Amino acid sequence: MRTPDRFLSSGWGPVITGAVVGVLAPLLVKWGNPGNMGMCIVCFTRDIAGALGLHRASAVQYLRPEIMGFLWGSLSASLVFKEFRPRQGSSPLLRFLLGMLASFGGLVFLGCPWRAYLRLSGGDGNALWGVLGLLTGVGMGIIFLRRGYSLGRNHGAPGSVGWLMPIFMLILLCLLISSPLLGRDVQGNRVGPIFFSEKGPGSQHAPLLLSLGAGWLIGFLAQRSRFCTVGALRDMMLLRDAHLLRGILSLIGFALVTNMALGQFHPGFRGQPVAHPDAMWNFGGMVLAGLAFTLAGGCPGRQIVLAGEGDADAALFLLGMIVGAGVAHTYGIASSPSGVGPYGPVMVLLGTAICLLLGLFLSGEKE
Amino acid sequence: METYQGIVRIDARGLYCPEPAILTQKALKSNPEAVEVWVDAVSAQENVSRLARLLGFQVTVEETGEGYWRIQLRK
Repeated sequence: MRTPDRFLSSGWGPVITGAVVGVLAPLLVKWGNPGNMGMCIVCFTRDIAGALGLHRASAVQYLRPEIMGFLWGSLSASLVFKEFRPRQGSSPLLRFLLGMLASFGGLVFLGCPWRAYLRLSGGDGNALWGVLGLLTGVGMGIIFLRRGYSLGRNHGAPGSVGWLMPIFMLILLCLLISSPLLGRDVQGNRVGPIFFSEKGPGSQHAPLLLSLGAGWLIGFLAQRSRFCTVGALRDMMLLRDAHLLRGILSLIGFALVTNMALGQFHPGFRGQPVAHPDAMWNFGGMVLAGLAFTLAGGCPGRQIVLAGEGDADAALFLLGMIVGAGVAHTYGIASSPSGVGPYGPVMVLLGTAICLLLGLFLSGEKE
Repeated sequence: METYQGIVRIDARGLYCPEPAILTQKALKSNPEAVEVWVDAVSAQENVSRLARLLGFQVTVEETGEGYWRIQLRK
């Protein structure tokens, strides 16, 4: 156990994690997930928000087992290696807000950083704008980090705090398996409180155990290797440390090869799965997401890993993403394959302004 | 950050990555005799150690047994 773990904590850890994601994500698409959406934390939290009735976009409602598995994978690793450490108190409300804003940005682009790389590996040229936006957003966040930006310290919390998210995920799994229909719509049909898409991306999913298992393995490896799709860019730009970046290159490389092997590589800009060709807002959405993730300390996958380790602040970021997705689909902020939503662009500008103000107010040398 | 007998001490406990690494980077730039960083997360311990090695410093990590690590960095 110790020797493979030392390997995972070494420079090879992110490379191996990236390789596993790069192979598993296209396979999850093969097994039933929507195109280029083998693993997307923004999309999956959006589907979870829809399944819980936080929005009624009927095409994107499903309780994605990948997210549950991901969090439990991190929980398992942190328990085995004694890194489970319940903690809280680092600007929880601001982290919730940043989670919402990151979700808005991601849903204008239609994906998180994970999916931006996966879309690229599937041949979706629009993702280039997303990755450029991500680089810009991370670069903007770094300006504040250099100026001493901080959300403050966390401190130890009671054990129960650390177990809340794993239990929340267990409840989601029970709801997925039991699919209760307790309500009635106007025609008297049994409906809700949990909603599942009958068509659209929400109806496309790999078998439960495969999704859960893939999520678990990725969560476990990500916890050991500290894999982070935003930290990779940040550490390279800020500290000239390519440790995590190698993981991203590995992810893109392995996903490209796997997609080609499975006949899922379709280069082009038009007609890409769950994507729109609006270059400006593909870029803008990811500027906002990249900035919000950087100000919160890591990509959505890293936030799930931290939540699995017992970090209640990261858990609030994740809950902010779920609520943000509900808001984005209720108020016309989220894009769809036919284009950006009516309020997407204005929300990207507003969200970016809010992030810049936060960065400004929370910077400055302390101590 | 405080300096005591030529040693710069950084208490980075409770801070999120990359903050411990940034504080360390700033301290190392002032070319002190030694830097001591306190962190309470394994990932922060790994990040600070890796950064210091990249910058050519010798790294000694001491587990205090009180839920945090003392990382000593010397040229």
